[in-house]
Amino acid sequence: MSDTPKLIIGWFSFTCSEDSLILLTELLNQHFDEWKKVIEFRHLKALKSNNKIEGLDVAFVEGSISSPTQAAELQKIRDNCKYLVAIGACACTGQPSSSRNTFDPNDINYKTAYYLKNFDYSQEVKKLADFVKVDDEVNGCPMNTELFIATVSKYLKLLNIV
Amino acid sequence: MHNTDITIDSITKIEGTAGLTVKIVDDKVVDLKFIIKDYRRFYAKAVEGKPYVAVPPFISRICGTCSIAHLLCSIETIEKTQGITPSEQTRLLRRLTYNGLIIRDHALHLYFFVLPDLLGIDSILDIPDDENNLGHQLLHDSFDIKETGNELTTIIAGAAIHAPLPSIGGFLKLPDPASFPSMIKKLEKIRSQVIRGIDAFSKMPDKLIRNSDYLSLKNDDHFDFLEGDITNSSGNKIVEEKFRDFLHSVVIPYSQSEGYIFSDTKQDYLVGSLARLNLNKDSLNPRTQNDLKQYLSIFPSNNVYHNNLAQAIEILQCIDDSIDILTSIDLVEEKPISLLPRAGVGVGVVEAPRGTLYHYAETDYKGMIVKYDVIVPTSQNQINIENDLKKYFEENLDKDEATLKLNAEKIIRAYDPCMSCATNFLKMKIIRK
Repeated sequence: MSDTPKLIIGWFSFTCSEDSLILLTELLNQHFDEWKKVIEFRHLKALKSNNKIEGLDVAFVEGSISSPTQAAELQKIRDNCKYLVAIGACACTGQPSSSRNTFDPNDINYKTAYYLKNFDYSQEVKKLADFVKVDDEVNGCPMNTELFIATVSKYLKLLNIV
Repeated sequence: MHNTDITIDSITKIEGTAGLTVKIVDDKVVDLKFIIKDYRRFYAKAVEGKPYVAVPPFISRICGTCSIAHLLCSIETIEKTQGITPSEQTRLLRRLTYNGLIIRDHALHLYFFVLPDLLGIDSILDIPDDENNLGHQLLHDSFDIKETGNELTTIIAGAAIHAPLPSIGGFLKLPDPASFPSMIKKLEKIRSQVIRGIDAFSKMPDKLIRNSDYLSLKNDDHFDFLEGDITNSSGNKIVEEKFRDFLHSVVIPYSQSEGYIFSDTKQDYLVGSLARLNLNKDSLNPRTQNDLKQYLSIFPSNNVYHNNLAQAIEILQCIDDSIDILTSIDLVEEKPISLLPRAGVGVGVVEAPRGTLYHYAETDYKGMIVKYDVIVPTSQNQINIENDLKKYFEENLDKDEATLKLNAEKIIRAYDPCMSCATNFLKMKIIRK
């Protein structure tokens, strides 16, 4: 195990298409060897089973919040990280996952009504900043990769990793 | 075996939020639930009342990894509502776009999610930094393979995820043919890396055999992800427009997604690469067939783990098909076909990376969406996955819990499920009494 300090990050996904997560996996095509030296992926369920939420330097969070359960999970992430970065349009603005906020309750079909009634959906889908403090945003659908790389670099410097 | 409660909060390396609960009483599996947990976004409802032109780029947001599949399926669906028949050139460019998707998407699943299972480690992050290590070699192969798939889609469709150029009636901008020779070279370069991966995944020792039925598109002319009739291993063959009649929807009260069985036999079935190879292997590109004889002899197969090998083979199919198209296509300037809006009904069916994808649309005379519906592959596989897991647990209760958990994850992962269609954790709970 190397003693070299690393930026400890987590990646979390709520309601969205996970396109930004996919872009992250594509960024690894060029950055895997470089980032592995300076970043500890402490929570990244797409790539590993042994995930921990505690002691994160930066939590990258994509997706909007659809339920009280998700809101509680988001608060737990906030409590366990120094900085929280909203990733992608759903996390930053709520859209397009929040499309259902505009549905006319008198004009929804039985299938939509079934799921809204039988699972713990909130009245409205909301962006992350409606629940917790967000330190940075990387907007876009999917996220703007140049801005994401710049944000990673920013925190690598801020936390004296490089 | 003991009475125990086990919970795994994070079965990982899949695309989607799902759960698994297994209840064991007196050494028998009395209940097993495979639960899709992603919160729905109701996009099919959200497009109602919108002009048809807005639908494909919006509905492609259903999924990050296979957005191209939803985009092209939606375009096909809308074109059929409007009576638009795309040109031969457009069909070839869509095939190239799609080949890039399959190359990237399959490589992501195989090398980032499944490869650790093959190597007996948890994560690609644990692969040693040693160029002589097979895992290191395969992982770095995957970077080249995924990058090439991305580049192919980007030069044809503008981007690998949420591509902006494919449109109703054609392409908003045609690719620059000057980029084709370089693209062909890159595709040729990764062939040997892909074959190395095929050999590696063919050696995966795991086995789970159950008598599933298989369903996929079938094109008698060539191996095709975008066009054909729908066929199953029982020999039934129907046109795309009849696809919905073929299926019976099943409400699964603990899951955020409905499941599907065949409407006639009421049996479960499997969609995806394994189904495509089982039903279409003789239609593969001649070069692919020639180079993969020893691996193709494995198919048809009832081993669900061979879905991984089938995906690896499809990567080479898409490379060889793309080389053929890029070598022979002679682009002519053409704009997307545009007609006055009309009322209509359309059905689109494509083979998404993880199986048959269905879109349905109705438009009014102004071209506004009256009704839209989507059936994704993972919903169709849901009951099959559950039944495979039941079989596995029933036959392996003598194994320790760590082994049961690991193998349950591997079975689910072999399907390459996509719950949003995609997210990433599966909670597993085993209750023994």
